[in-house]
Amino acid sequence: MIHLVWLVPVLPLAGFLILGLGRNNLSKALTGLMGSGVILASFVISLLIFLEVKQEGFVPVTVSLSEFINAGKLQIPFAFQVDQLSTLFLLIITGVGFLIHVYSTSYMHEEEAPHFARYFAYLNLFVFSMLLLVLGANYVIMFIGWEGVGLCSYLLIGFWFKNLEYGNAAKKAFIMNRIGDLGFLIAVFWMINQFGSVTFGEVFAKAQGTPIAVLTGITLLLFVGATGKSAQIPLYTWLPDAMAGPTPVSALIHAATMVTAGIYMIARSNILYTLSPVTQTVVALTGLATAILAASIALKQNDIKKVLAYSTVSQLGYMFIGLGVGAYTGAVFHVMTHAFFKALLFLGAGSVIHAMGGEQDIRKMGGLKAYMPVTRWTFLLACLAIAGIPPFSGFFSKDEILSAAYAKNPVYYAIGVAGALMTAFYMFRLYATTFLGDFRGTAHQKDHLHESPSAITIPLIVLAALSVTGGLIGMPEVFVKNGHLLEHFLEPVFAASYKIQQAEPAPASKELTLMAISVGVALLGALYAWSRFRKKPDLAEATGFGKVLANKWYVDEIYNAIIVKPLDALASFFNSFFEKNVIDGLVNGVGRAVRYGSRQIRLMQSGQVGGYVLLMVIGMVVLFLVQIFFKK
Amino acid sequence: MPINYYIFLAVTLFCIGVTGVLTRRNAIIIFMCIELMLNAVNLLLVAFSKMHYQEMVKLNPTAGIDGQLFVFFIMVVAAAEVSVGLAIIVMMYRNTHSVDVNFLNRLKH
Repeated sequence: MIHLVWLVPVLPLAGFLILGLGRNNLSKALTGLMGSGVILASFVISLLIFLEVKQEGFVPVTVSLSEFINAGKLQIPFAFQVDQLSTLFLLIITGVGFLIHVYSTSYMHEEEAPHFARYFAYLNLFVFSMLLLVLGANYVIMFIGWEGVGLCSYLLIGFWFKNLEYGNAAKKAFIMNRIGDLGFLIAVFWMINQFGSVTFGEVFAKAQGTPIAVLTGITLLLFVGATGKSAQIPLYTWLPDAMAGPTPVSALIHAATMVTAGIYMIARSNILYTLSPVTQTVVALTGLATAILAASIALKQNDIKKVLAYSTVSQLGYMFIGLGVGAYTGAVFHVMTHAFFKALLFLGAGSVIHAMGGEQDIRKMGGLKAYMPVTRWTFLLACLAIAGIPPFSGFFSKDEILSAAYAKNPVYYAIGVAGALMTAFYMFRLYATTFLGDFRGTAHQKDHLHESPSAITIPLIVLAALSVTGGLIGMPEVFVKNGHLLEHFLEPVFAASYKIQQAEPAPASKELTLMAISVGVALLGALYAWSRFRKKPDLAEATGFGKVLANKWYVDEIYNAIIVKPLDALASFFNSFFEKNVIDGLVNGVGRAVRYGSRQIRLMQSGQVGGYVLLMVIGMVVLFLVQIFFKK
Repeated sequence: MPINYYIFLAVTLFCIGVTGVLTRRNAIIIFMCIELMLNAVNLLLVAFSKMHYQEMVKLNPTAGIDGQLFVFFIMVVAAAEVSVGLAIIVMMYRNTHSVDVNFLNRLKH
């Protein structure tokens, strides 16, 4: 089965081509069936591959499809790598992706058929790019997927491109990503220069003897790429704006594809990061800062999708903390559980928005629990999972990251717990404001409130089940001996790094204390938010410090002032001065000179044979003189 | 005779030819001047050939007189060229009733 791995990305690509080219002729039912079907097929193949990879004694396989770049000594084959890490990501991407596709068939049903097909074509291309990213056996193939997801996010965020604001959000996402991609690209060139190869195995094998300074440079540049894709400080501002796209797209971007790319890339390059402690510290600090900053912004947002967007940024921060402190399994584990509950939260939010007729402001919702029981219960489960309440999945993965952070530096842990407190608070603020209390919308909206159709609720239920149970594959040692199945599964990928780190496990009593603290804090935040917003939601405009939070710390404004405005000014200077005077002057000057010169030279063509002959003789004499006097 | 004499004679003839071509307007005279230049070069060829032959024959008794023979070929080609040139002049006279080359400037129109 492993040798059929190329089918996994090719099927969505085929779906993209068929839907994209036939969008004017396909019916909606066929489009939905086809778009979801190819992803389901990919999922089934991924599952079969997983079963094979799961066996004891599996050796990672590289499936080489063709040559890609052969230049001198540099060989970059078009090859796929099948190992534990890529297989896990295959399952997440195709599995969650499939549920989102099914959901979309209902959510996007009001679109006209060509746009409906265009939407599914983009979704398929998105999944294809992400699969290419995780399957590539070298950094160049990974980069192709890396660029592909950037492009697809642009296309899907700007799906309703007639709205100028949405178009701008799409451009913002694209440009922010491009900044990060430049870092990635330079890192790849540096690797070619340093190692003479970009294939994972060769690079990692040669990394051990490389000077630390070089490794630090390469890993920092790769990390710049990751901050763009995975929305970390300073390149995170595109993700909240990416809410402009249809809600299932947000779910896809936040859960299955795109933002996990940076985590995957660092987890894949774990040995490079382990060998350069400076970069690890930078990664951990960036993650911490992002986790806290984004969580604080989420406290005061009133748009249901914005809250979720900032919570994604914050959770990604946790994953980077995990990567930064060397808890690679924990980070990947959190990617997985986060994929389940964040997809669920977004799809639930989509269901709410659908019922509210497009309204996204939670201040105008409230009391929806009576009308949408399935959405409400699944949303609640997701909130519990993201807040880190045991035994839901988020608890296990977040706890693993936090305990690794404690082992590295207790301050990391303290800040992480503060972030967890905020997470619990804003999630339950969101839940209470949306689903509890009285309905605050218009009477017209109230008449239309309804539970969503089964194409929407079934993915919600499946994801809810996964959010609840997903954590059980990573039980910590203190609960169940050898209970961390995921760690055991992923061990071959991270073995070299763990050998270098040699972290000794914390004593069981201490670990239980840490767990108790983080759970207690999360419960505190959740209960406080629940009791405060259950009856009397926070409707007033924020004031004082709250206003700073509501305005996202004014980061967008600061970026505007220090980057966008000066660039604008420079551009308009070039437009008004340089373009008009220098460029135009040069171009017109050349034309004028030619015209003047030819007018003068034309006079020589008089038609007098004698004149021509005279010129000829003069020319010959000159040639003779040159020949005689300038001969060397 | 020293080679210099031949060179001076040939250069003089060539210059006369050039001057004639530049200053005269009568096509036949121009034509004659062109022949003069051609023959000046021919003369030079014969002279150099003879000079080198005298040197070469001392080293290599079988050396030939190819250079001098070559001049005859040039003369033959020149004769053929003259016939073409004169034919052009005749055609020109038929058209313009003149052999003044300056009439030819209407070719530019």
